[in-house]
Amino acid sequence: MKSPFRPAQPPTAAILDDHRRLIRLIERRGILRGGLSLGMLAMLTGCDVTSEPAVDKALHLMSSWNDRVQAALFDPNHLAPTYPKSMILQPPKFNAYYDITEVKPVDPQTWKLELAGLISDKRPWTAERLATLPEREMVIKHICVEGWDYIGGWSGPTLRSFLERVGADLHAKYVAFKTADDYPSSIDMATALHPQTLLATKYAGAPLADPFGFPLRLRMATKLGYKNPKWITAIEVTNRYPGGYWENLGENWFAGM
Amino acid sequence: MRRKSRGTSLPPRLHPLPVRLMHWTNALAMIIMIMSGWGIYDDYVIIHGLHFSAAYRLGSWAAPSLLWHFAGMWLLALNGVAYLGYGIATGRLRERMLPIHFKDVLHTVRDTLHFKIEHDDLTVYNAVQKLLYIVVILAGIWQVFTGLLIWKPIQFSSAVSLLGGFQAVRIEHFIGMSVIVGFLIVHVALSILVPRTLWAMLSGGPRLAGGTHP
Repeated sequence: MKSPFRPAQPPTAAILDDHRRLIRLIERRGILRGGLSLGMLAMLTGCDVTSEPAVDKALHLMSSWNDRVQAALFDPNHLAPTYPKSMILQPPKFNAYYDITEVKPVDPQTWKLELAGLISDKRPWTAERLATLPEREMVIKHICVEGWDYIGGWSGPTLRSFLERVGADLHAKYVAFKTADDYPSSIDMATALHPQTLLATKYAGAPLADPFGFPLRLRMATKLGYKNPKWITAIEVTNRYPGGYWENLGENWFAGM
Repeated sequence: MRRKSRGTSLPPRLHPLPVRLMHWTNALAMIIMIMSGWGIYDDYVIIHGLHFSAAYRLGSWAAPSLLWHFAGMWLLALNGVAYLGYGIATGRLRERMLPIHFKDVLHTVRDTLHFKIEHDDLTVYNAVQKLLYIVVILAGIWQVFTGLLIWKPIQFSSAVSLLGGFQAVRIEHFIGMSVIVGFLIVHVALSILVPRTLWAMLSGGPRLAGGTHP
């Protein structure tokens, strides 16, 4: 069908010749405009969607939702698989937000474990007094959020027995930790009371070496590696969400396995 | 209840609206899962020397990649359950994918190798198409299953040890991704070669001959 916008008689070619420069200009403008929008498109795709505040907020909401789902999936009576002592890796793997050469050893003479929050007996603990608590040993897999794992053998009092001993409110929501290397951390009460959650003082039967948290660190069979703070200096029982080093940088809080 | 009289109502389209919506939701979910998965993978690689450059990763480092992955998993799993539920309830899955005869697969492969790609009738899937769709649906289910095990290796410790341990499940999850990405390359390439199929997934496609379910 013939277009109603097209003149019945085509214009003479001379008109095109007369306005050649104008036509070129229009084309050049088009190219310029096209180039600009192409650039805009490149900028849009080059822009990291994760840095958009709204996207960021939505992702963190989903992470909080996943905390709740994980708490529901967590079975307080399910034990993690354990392994023979012969499989214990010696020495354990070192991993922190800094290099092993930057580890600042803790002096056992001056070290104290402070207590805070919903605990009835808040007197600080010395390493000697901690050693009098009944010890439990477990050979478990350490899984890092990055994907690697190794088998380690840990011993020390269970966190549950310690919390019961100091009269902590076991119905509180969180147990929070402060450490000598400025690595705050926190866990849910259900995991704190799990039989495979230890306040570890030994690795493979010998006192913890400096790079691995001497004299006291947390070891849980049911959470990812980064949830296990080393060189613990304070424990607080609280109902207020305490966060943590990596959690404040965007890692998931519950991090249960 | 509204009843359509047989004589006047039009037969359903090849891809009814729910299928199209779920297809494109799945496409989005798959892209999120694959690209954020590559971001997580890059922290501790499975194949030495195989890295995914930042342009192919969703999330500027591992933590946001993990946030994307564990948000996207809900979209993928819920949409997947809806798709399978719809496909089973309406009979569409069985009608589209079955039966497959080994002879037909060989025949289609031979034709394809001779560059005889016939796609005149969009409403009939050839044997290789059926096989590929079944494989990718199974791979999707496999990814949700192995992904759940990697997320909760202690809560589901017996299933993990059945599949060979945590590191084995990581590799199995990676293989599942590779199958899906392989499918995706063929799927997208063919939809570009035969653009009518792409248009059909947007508009619904041709109406089916009478007597067929949606």
